[in-house]
Amino acid sequence: MKAQGAPILSPAYGAPSPFEAGVIRRARARGRIPTAASSTTPLQDLHGIITPNGLHFERHHAGVPTIDPAQHRLLLHGLVDRPLIFAMDDLMRFPSVTRVHFLECSGNGSYAALPASATAQDTHGLISCSEWTGVPLATVLAEAGLRPHAAWVLAEGADAAAMTRSIPIAKALDDALLAYAQNGERLRPEQGYPLRLFLPGYEGNMSVKWLRRLKVGDQPFETREETAKYTDLMPDGTARQFTFVMEAKSVITFPSGGQKLAGPGFYEISGLAWSGRGRITGVEVSVDGGATWRPAKLQAPVLSKCLTRFRAPWTWDAKPARLQSRVTDETGYVQPSREALVGVRGLNSGYHDNAIQSWDVLGDGSVLNAV
Amino acid sequence: MAVVQVAGACADAAPRPPYGLGCPASPAQIAGWDIDVRADGAGLPLGRGSVSDGQVVYARSCSGCHGQQGGGGYADALVGGRGSLATAKPVRTVGSYWPYATTLFDYVRRAMPYNAPQSLSSDQTYAVVAYVLFLNGLVPADAVLDEKTLPGVRMPNRNGFTSSDPRPDAR
Repeated sequence: MKAQGAPILSPAYGAPSPFEAGVIRRARARGRIPTAASSTTPLQDLHGIITPNGLHFERHHAGVPTIDPAQHRLLLHGLVDRPLIFAMDDLMRFPSVTRVHFLECSGNGSYAALPASATAQDTHGLISCSEWTGVPLATVLAEAGLRPHAAWVLAEGADAAAMTRSIPIAKALDDALLAYAQNGERLRPEQGYPLRLFLPGYEGNMSVKWLRRLKVGDQPFETREETAKYTDLMPDGTARQFTFVMEAKSVITFPSGGQKLAGPGFYEISGLAWSGRGRITGVEVSVDGGATWRPAKLQAPVLSKCLTRFRAPWTWDAKPARLQSRVTDETGYVQPSREALVGVRGLNSGYHDNAIQSWDVLGDGSVLNAV
Repeated sequence: MAVVQVAGACADAAPRPPYGLGCPASPAQIAGWDIDVRADGAGLPLGRGSVSDGQVVYARSCSGCHGQQGGGGYADALVGGRGSLATAKPVRTVGSYWPYATTLFDYVRRAMPYNAPQSLSSDQTYAVVAYVLFLNGLVPADAVLDEKTLPGVRMPNRNGFTSSDPRPDAR
């Protein structure tokens, strides 16, 4: 360059290079009501494990409310000794913790095959990973004093859906957070500003955003979002309820659908793996449709209930190849094949699709979703 | 505009363990927030509504998205699907899938109509719930529902759910 560049504060809150304008969230095709919809994270364009705040996936049931934190209150009541109302300033005075965790919508995946043109954003984009800061829910519950029969906590949002889910008390006392910050800054409005529940490893819908009320009870509240929705229909017509944990899953993000290899030669296969039950212990990669597998290298840190970046070297010989990844977590659980998963759950289970993803590399280097 | 509460400054001002943060919530304050209705009907407000009144509410506030007679439109179908859950094309509606009638009241009360949530009175909510249950053949045309009768409406798929987390089930 032979001229001065832009001055500082251009702009005051920084934004990506204009050359990265294509790295954006995209609306999921289904749904005709924009305030009851979802948008996806561009996994194929990201590096490492942290999702930039502006690219965190969205799933709203009644739009994004605008909430003044000075006016926001959290009510904690029900089976407690001392019902309490907290202002944000109160909550931010409690001893706080910071942890890195993924958040995944239980609708991430579709059982039925997506088109060959699908990208990793289309197939897996309802997952993001952030550093979350807040106060442990256990600390706040202790402030009110749990009564002996406390077994479930109803969490309610301040959005127009007044979103409600029942949280088992064991989870509330284990690692649940009342989160007010994400990747160093206060929550984005789309992520629940000024306060959200955060349940590591559990389906995203339970991490209720814009949290305004916690009610402790002795049984689940059987809300619409845990009966009519977020229940998993099985082939025999029964439905699984309270399927909270996001089981181990992985996806190759390079090469992935919609990308094109320039020609034969060296490429580094790269992807993401995670488990809602703890740490992952290994990822295997196949370039021949699962006939043979070899271990991928895991990028430290490998954290509990967090994305892990994996990589494996690959020399492409310009022949068609089918790329797959398969993760194992610390419980010994191995990510299932699509055939195994569909064989048990059928095609109408809707939620918790954690099957192995396959990408087809064609002879011309183009990469397609294997259907 | 209300004066912003200074953290820690409560009306009672008494020190409370362990951190002394937050303010005691009075029963009146709690009542203003406590809108949930449990499966057994706990939390249902006093009120009553008839199928015929509910038909009026439905036509005005619901049919635009859920279709005439609950057949579906922009939003989910509310009617039909009985016997479809074990087929290749299951249709999950209030009648075919929802396990509790009380959940319908809770959901309508908190989140519907979509363009004006929490705008219906308790009587209007009972009425439109009664109408949707009538469309599903679960209450008669002359039904009037209230906080005592709604929890007694038996839903066809009441026993259709298994609630122990069965995963992992496929390897």
